[in-house]
Parts: sequence; structure tokens; C-alpha cells
Amino acid sequence: MVDMSINLAAADMMMASLAQGPVKLGVTDLNISYGGIPALRDVNLTVKEHEIFSIIGPANAGKTSFLKALNRMDTFNTNMKVAGEILFNGLNVRNLKNIYALRSRIGVVFPLPVGLPLTIYENVALSPRLRGINKTSDLDVIVERCLTRAALWDEVKDRLDSLGSLLSGGQQQRLTIARALSQEPDLLMLDEFSIAVDPVTTMRIENVLKELKQDMTIILVTNLVQQARRLADRTAFFLEGECVEVGKTEDLFTGAVKDQRTRDYVEGKFG
Amino acid sequence: MFAESPLNVRNKRIENLFRILFLMMTILLIIPVVVILATLIAKGGSIISIDFLFTDPTNGMTAGGIFPALLGTVWIVAVALLASVPLGVAAAIYLNEYAGDNWFTRIIQLAIINLAGVPSIVHALFGVGAFVIFFGFGTSILAAGLTLAIMTLPVVIVSTRESLRAVPQAFREACWNMGATRWQTIRRVVLPNAVSGILTGVILEVSRTAGETAPIMFTGAAFFLPFLPQSVFDQTMALSLHLFVVATQVPGVPENLPFGVALVLIAMVLLMNSISIAFRMYLRGKKKW
Repeated sequence: MVDMSINLAAADMMMASLAQGPVKLGVTDLNISYGGIPALRDVNLTVKEHEIFSIIGPANAGKTSFLKALNRMDTFNTNMKVAGEILFNGLNVRNLKNIYALRSRIGVVFPLPVGLPLTIYENVALSPRLRGINKTSDLDVIVERCLTRAALWDEVKDRLDSLGSLLSGGQQQRLTIARALSQEPDLLMLDEFSIAVDPVTTMRIENVLKELKQDMTIILVTNLVQQARRLADRTAFFLEGECVEVGKTEDLFTGAVKDQRTRDYVEGKFG
Repeated sequence: MFAESPLNVRNKRIENLFRILFLMMTILLIIPVVVILATLIAKGGSIISIDFLFTDPTNGMTAGGIFPALLGTVWIVAVALLASVPLGVAAAIYLNEYAGDNWFTRIIQLAIINLAGVPSIVHALFGVGAFVIFFGFGTSILAAGLTLAIMTLPVVIVSTRESLRAVPQAFREACWNMGATRWQTIRRVVLPNAVSGILTGVILEVSRTAGETAPIMFTGAAFFLPFLPQSVFDQTMALSLHLFVVATQVPGVPENLPFGVALVLIAMVLLMNSISIAFRMYLRGKKKW
């Protein structure tokens, strides 16, 4: 009887997901801790293909830790312990042998831009080179396409040979996005990308993201509730290491929330 | 309102006292350098000439030039560098880029620190046992160079690690996140940005190596050789040992000869140091972040 109900629930979830497109990412019972101190507890959610999925929540909610677990960044930091199941394209990233292939499929953009100490051109050409693309004509095409998509091409097309790290903060962030796009990722993860970026550039990047949705799945971690509202198809609310609620973004903002804490946060009563 | 209180006056007096005290100490520090250089130039400058640098010693080393010793020092330093740089840089890359923080790496670190503290005469005796006798290189440039290499390894490792550490971790993580392996990251991002520091360390290393005497006097440097070394398996003369010999072991040496040898040795070291400084300034000018 118990088994039966679980199966029914699973079937329900499957039906729901089929209705809105195939599952890109399935997270089950995800727990993350640093040196024994939990950062994220029992997170269950799914992200579907070609949607912008945003994660909102105050500082210390575990949003960044969540992204790090997807990309297996726990291997950088021996202190970070991850338990649970993360299915990316149906494969459990926890058991993957080839984490290099996994990471090359996932583009990551962090709050502070990281312009590698290479030329603008090489910043974007690096990932293709790592994949073994070395022909200049091919690289030229990729570099121009990625910089254009990141809304940076017009500003830098005449100085591709100058250092990426000398660009302004907003430009470097777009360069970082261009670099992530040069990976031709399945999944693009942005972690509060607009923190070091002016409002105009933020708007430009947001428009870029809306277009990119056609080609990839996007997970957007943001402090700005309104940014999630503008962009996201579905939104999760994280609070103090707990995934409080996942739902359609419009539901979260029109008051159709299940949890009072979500309502309070969205309305700006704390956080 | 801004009248000086007695406390202000007292603080100001103490302030001046300490400033002058520290200034005196700094000047005190420069005095030996200036005196050494001035003495060497005054007493040994007269003997320096192209002939002095490029001819053999004659009359039982009481006349003539220093060419075999100069060349020998270059040979020994070259062997020492060829051995210590690849080894030291590779070890530093492993320790900084690959190794986790565990008992194994901690033991290695401890070993490096202790190696740096071993007195040079002990290195010399180790060199005799290991390279001259055990490996059968005999007293030769190879044995002397390798002994110096072991002695300088810790410095190469430490300076290389410092340069690698100066490359921000964010660059590495950005690279790893693109799916790059550790080696791809090291080759494309870390090393190109650390190479200036590594080279600077290496050049400084050369200057240290050139002046060492104890580690080479039992392993490859000869008292007097009438011919130039033909291969790394030959013995050779060396500037540092030659200085010791002409200053203390040979009767009837004119006074300006040992001072001249010392001047050449110090000029070599200073030349290396200034190349290193110029190089560092040049690369700092094109710092990339």
C-alpha cells in the first residue's frame, strides 16, 4: 500500500514534468555541509529543459552551494561534503568518472567577474581550444558569435588583443558570460551575476538570457526578487539551507504561495 | 585650540627619536656593502683587464689571469641550474597545484625546510659520498654541480611556490569550471603568469651558487689545473676556491690579485642580481591583473 502511493506520487511528478518539457536536472535529497556544518538540507527539485529556473533567498541560504554541487566543485574544496542524487541529463553527477566532460557542458558565471589574464580573444577561445579546436578560422567564428551573444562584441571588436582583465567590471562580466557560452553549454548557471554590474548592463544581460533560453537551460541565482520575476519561468525559494518552496514564478508573486515565509520574502518583509 | 600640550611635545620627541634610530640602523646596514665594494675596487681594481679575465694563472698562481677559474664557475653553475631548476620547479608545481593538505605533503614540506637548513659543509660531505663515490662521477664538474643543485633546491622550490601562489585561485577555478584538467590549467593560465617570478628566483639562485666554496672544494673544484675542463667529468678550477687559494695558500701573491678575484666574483653576482631586478621590473610593467 505504501509502495503504491510512492509510485503514484512518482507517476504524478512524471506527468507534471512531461507536460512542461523533459527534465534537465533532477535533484533528490541533496545535502551539503562544510566541515560538518550543514549548508543545505534535503533539497528536492527538478529543472526542465529550456527554462530559466531562478533561486532566490537571502544570504547564507545555500544557493551558491547548490550550484557548486551541480558542477562538482566540491572537488576543489575538500571541506565541502555533498550527499544525495543529482541527475544531469539522466546521469548522476555524483558517480560520474569524467567530471571534466560534465563541467564542459555547464557554463558558470560568478558574482565577481573573472577575466582570465589572457587577451579578450583568448578568454573566449580557451574553452574551444581545450576541446581541441585550434583552427584560427573556426576560433574566429566562435569568438565573434559568443561575444555578440554576450552583448560585448561591438565594444571590443577593435581590441581583441588587449587583456581581458583590463576591461571594466561590467564588460568583464559579459566577457565571463561569453566565455561560458564558448563552452556551448547545455546548462548555464549564473550566480548573482549583476552584483558588480551597472543597471544598464544588467538589463542588456537579462535580454541576452531571454534569447539564450532557446538553446540551453538556465539556472539563475539572484538576490534581486524582481530580477527573478522578470526572467524566470519557475522559481525556488531557499532559506537557511532549506528549499522552502518551488513553483511557477508568477504564482510566487501573485500570492499563490504555500508558505508564509516565501510571501514575506517576496514582499520584502525580511532578507 | 591647536596649542601643543606637554603630551604632544613628548610624543613628538619620542617620534623623532625612533625615526632617527631606525634611520641609523638602515645606514649601518649599507656601510659593510659600501666598504667591501670600495675596498675591492681600491685594492683590486688595478689588476682588472681583459687579459686578467681571459688568461691562465702563471708563476705558481702569483701572476697571470683567472680564466680557468672563471670558466669553471660558469660550468659548475650551469650544471647546478640544469639539475635544480627542472626538479625544483616540478616539485613546486606538484606541491602547489596537485597535492592536498595531508601528512605526506606535510612531511615533504618539513624535508624541504630542513634541507634548507643543512650547513654547506655537510652538503659537501654528502656530495662526496653520493656523487663522487657512490655514483662514481669522481671529483668532477658534474659532482660539484649536483652537490650545489641539492643545496639550492629548497630555494628554487620555495621561490617557485611563492610565484605560483601569487596567481589568484579564481583563475584556476574559472578554468576548472570550463572542464579543464589541472595540467591544462597550469599550462594555459598558471605558468604563463608565474614564469616571471620563477625566472627571477632562478637568477637569484645563480648568484648564490656562484659564490659557494665548501660544497665544491671536495667534489670537483681543483687547487690548480693547467688545462681547461673538456667535459662535465673533468675537474675544474672555480673562482670562489681560487680566491681562497690565492689569499691564504700561496706565498708571494701580489696584494691586488686576491682583491681582483674577489671583485670579479662580486661583479658576477651583482650583474646577475641586476639582471634579475631589471627583468622583474620589466615583467611587473606588464602585470596582467
